[in-house]
Amino acid sequence: MKKELRFTVNGQPYELYIKPKTILVEVLRAHLGLTGTKRGCDSSSCGACTVILNGMAVKSCSVLALQANGGEVLTVEGLAKGNELHPLQKAFLDHGAFQCGFCTSGMLMSSKALLDENPNPTKEQIKEGIDGNICRCTGYNSIIRALTGVVKGEYKEEK
Amino acid sequence: MSKYSVIGKRVHRVDGPEKVTGSAKYTFDIVLHNMLYGKILRSPYPHARIVNIDTSQAERLIGVKAVVTGKDTLGRKQSTWRRFPELCDEEILCRTKVRYIGDPVAAVAAIDEDTAEEALDLIEVEYELLPAVFDPMEAIKEEAPQIHEGVELNINVTRHIEWGDVDEAFKQCDYIREDHFKCSSQAHVCMETHCAVASFGYDSKLTIWTSTQSSYYIQALVADMLGLREGDVRVIKPHTGGGFGSKFELDSAQFCASLLSMKLCQPVKIVLSREEEFTATKRRTPMYYSVKLGAKKDGTMLAKEVRVITEGGAYTGMGATALYLTGFFSSFPYKYPNYRYDGYRAYTNTAPASAMRGFGAPQSTFVGESQIDMLAEDLGIDPIEIRRKNGMTPDYEVPGQAHIQSCGLHQCLDKIDEHIKERGELPPNRGIGVSAYGFMSGGIFNWFDTPYAFSAAIVRINIDGKVDLFTGACDIGQGSDTTLSMICAEELGVHLDDIRIHAADTGICPADLGAWGSRETLMNGNAVKMAAADAKRQLLEFAAAKLGANIVYDMDIKDQWVHMVDRPERGLSYFDIVKDTIRGRDGETIIGRGHYTPHRKGMISPAYSFGVQAAEVEVDTETGKYKLINVTTAHESGTVINPVGIEGQLEGAVMMAGGYGFCEDQPMDEGKILNPSIADYKLIRSLDMPETKILEVDTYEPEGPFGAKEAGEGLTNPTAGAIGNAVYKAVGVRINDLPITPEKVLKALKEKKQQAE
Repeated sequence: MKKELRFTVNGQPYELYIKPKTILVEVLRAHLGLTGTKRGCDSSSCGACTVILNGMAVKSCSVLALQANGGEVLTVEGLAKGNELHPLQKAFLDHGAFQCGFCTSGMLMSSKALLDENPNPTKEQIKEGIDGNICRCTGYNSIIRALTGVVKGEYKEEK
Repeated sequence: MSKYSVIGKRVHRVDGPEKVTGSAKYTFDIVLHNMLYGKILRSPYPHARIVNIDTSQAERLIGVKAVVTGKDTLGRKQSTWRRFPELCDEEILCRTKVRYIGDPVAAVAAIDEDTAEEALDLIEVEYELLPAVFDPMEAIKEEAPQIHEGVELNINVTRHIEWGDVDEAFKQCDYIREDHFKCSSQAHVCMETHCAVASFGYDSKLTIWTSTQSSYYIQALVADMLGLREGDVRVIKPHTGGGFGSKFELDSAQFCASLLSMKLCQPVKIVLSREEEFTATKRRTPMYYSVKLGAKKDGTMLAKEVRVITEGGAYTGMGATALYLTGFFSSFPYKYPNYRYDGYRAYTNTAPASAMRGFGAPQSTFVGESQIDMLAEDLGIDPIEIRRKNGMTPDYEVPGQAHIQSCGLHQCLDKIDEHIKERGELPPNRGIGVSAYGFMSGGIFNWFDTPYAFSAAIVRINIDGKVDLFTGACDIGQGSDTTLSMICAEELGVHLDDIRIHAADTGICPADLGAWGSRETLMNGNAVKMAAADAKRQLLEFAAAKLGANIVYDMDIKDQWVHMVDRPERGLSYFDIVKDTIRGRDGETIIGRGHYTPHRKGMISPAYSFGVQAAEVEVDTETGKYKLINVTTAHESGTVINPVGIEGQLEGAVMMAGGYGFCEDQPMDEGKILNPSIADYKLIRSLDMPETKILEVDTYEPEGPFGAKEAGEGLTNPTAGAIGNAVYKAVGVRINDLPITPEKVLKALKEKKQQAE
């Protein structure tokens, strides 16, 4: 029996019918075609599927899509404004804070949620903020430098 | 000012904008019209005969389109060691026997993943269980069950390397020590699991999009296995979520998706689950080492004798190469005048062990660097000093094996020496361990038996000056697309954004062996440089004529300016020359071609990089837990083409190789991997990640493009050894088996205390 799901993703309202067991990442990827959000483990251990739901970073493989009913979801596709990149995206580019890129969307969303909550984190708080996201390529330190650059105000958001 | 305009600069990756916006498409993201989803049924037993497979119920399930088993294959066996038929031992879909828990026995294509999964439960496989063997030491005994028919004592491959007179040299030694080590397994844990979309059409042509380190190997192996012509198989590598050595063999996703698609003439997608990724793809080869090392009183090492037995798992894979390389790199980075290595790879009923970043060298470096520290202590010599005394130098001949041209090992030792001195007196239970290493810039092995050059590239210049670079190199995240674009731009004298790279699509790119053995920068870099030079020559011919330059002047292009080298103000715009050249040649496109295969460079590699690493740890003596405080690496990789790329390789290697030393392991029970999830497989996360410091040493490698050599896998070699040595320095216990867990440290501390009492 399918259920109705109404929510907004990256500011766009959606209304769809889904099986109740459908998880959020599946709705985003398969139903809405937003494939920027990845899946790396299905056990909420790797963080590749991290999105922001109602202001909080969540692992979208461990959230039923219906739990997002009436909510607001932000995915990596919602970070840039047109062709103007988000400060975090610019910082990731400058610092080489990604290699294969498969964890990057989740890493960016965890980073955004962290900075939204605490715009001036210490290095230790940055490390804590991305501890749920595995990156097998970079060794994290370039990601920490990128976030530090954003915290220092080196990357301004276009108004 | 740098003599280069592009290389050595901090640039954005060419795939960067796509990757930070989530718009980069991976195989995992591909959806084709009319596409089906496949799943693979795998053996729950480590060793069993397949008596019967009944697929009838599964086939009747609504939504199931096809079920295939070994009977649907041509019954061929394969491996990347194509030159040696006896090592082509993997059917992928087993016909008569399964040899490890995870061996594929059937595959299903259905309208969605849930249906395919459900169908797997409906396939009835009747097995006759066979006695199994898991430990390589047991596998080579007379009474052990035979895993592959005709393979005596389960010995899959043996390797012998020898120079000098080892037995005589030991007699000359003042001091000899013998030690035993165990190097554990490790999972690659690519963030994108193995996956493939295969589409076979009514035109009888097969296209495969796949997450791979070598499109060319996959093209050739799929063609062999399915009885297709190579030219009818097109393999395309989209963006790829990591490889680390796990993705240059033909895998079950690629093969089963192709087989199902051929049966149905519909696209089929197979994505391995994370559990399959842990249990049924390949892994780092576990190795048991016995090493005898002899030296003079002054620390001059005269002889080394190494015996290794590796746990091969059920199939050869690239394990044969790992066996060879661990033997060769056991002599690194030192000048042993007398050296002997004997390696044995045993088949076992465990998941096949094969290539992983470092390819046998992280194991040999852990062993060698642990033992040299023990030797230094016994002889009362400083660890840096003993490495200086024996370390390789430029233009060194490894007797009968290899010629090392550039080598900056001694400068690296100096830098690490300074670093340690700067750290000064350390608090209690803190220690710094040192580890030196070297690695190859691509292998000179052709066991794939291909007549193609090892690397090739094509450069095409469009009328507007934009350059299309075609190469078979595979960017799996390491950044070869960026590095090769930089090399192309530098050689051609244009800007990085003038280059558009088309890589790893066998339909349009020349063959390349792929991304393994740290080969792309040097080998593909040379091919790209040659192709760019060929295209540039065609432009310069026209430019010289147009400028009316005296024949004695050389012409070149730099920063889009075509000019006389000695009179750079006399020149023309690159864009104008491109138009004129094409116009002047009756419209013929400017195409440059390049290729590279190492010749007269010994048996191993055309070039070697070197480095020294210092790891600092702090041990809690109550719990055995220790913290990685800092990892500082002095390294040299020839001319630095892409500095951001090298930083990433280095820091990433600390996470992976640190994990090998610190926490990563795959414990098994009767052939079953006990931690097949990211929740249970411990990796270094951001909170455990140490500070990393990089100390660059300049060298120039004559064989490399602009003097460059590898900076990928070598960096994975030193860390486990450095950690082991650091723990010893901190609390005086030596752990000889990886990983160095708190439990082992605590046990050793207790034993030490008991001995002291």
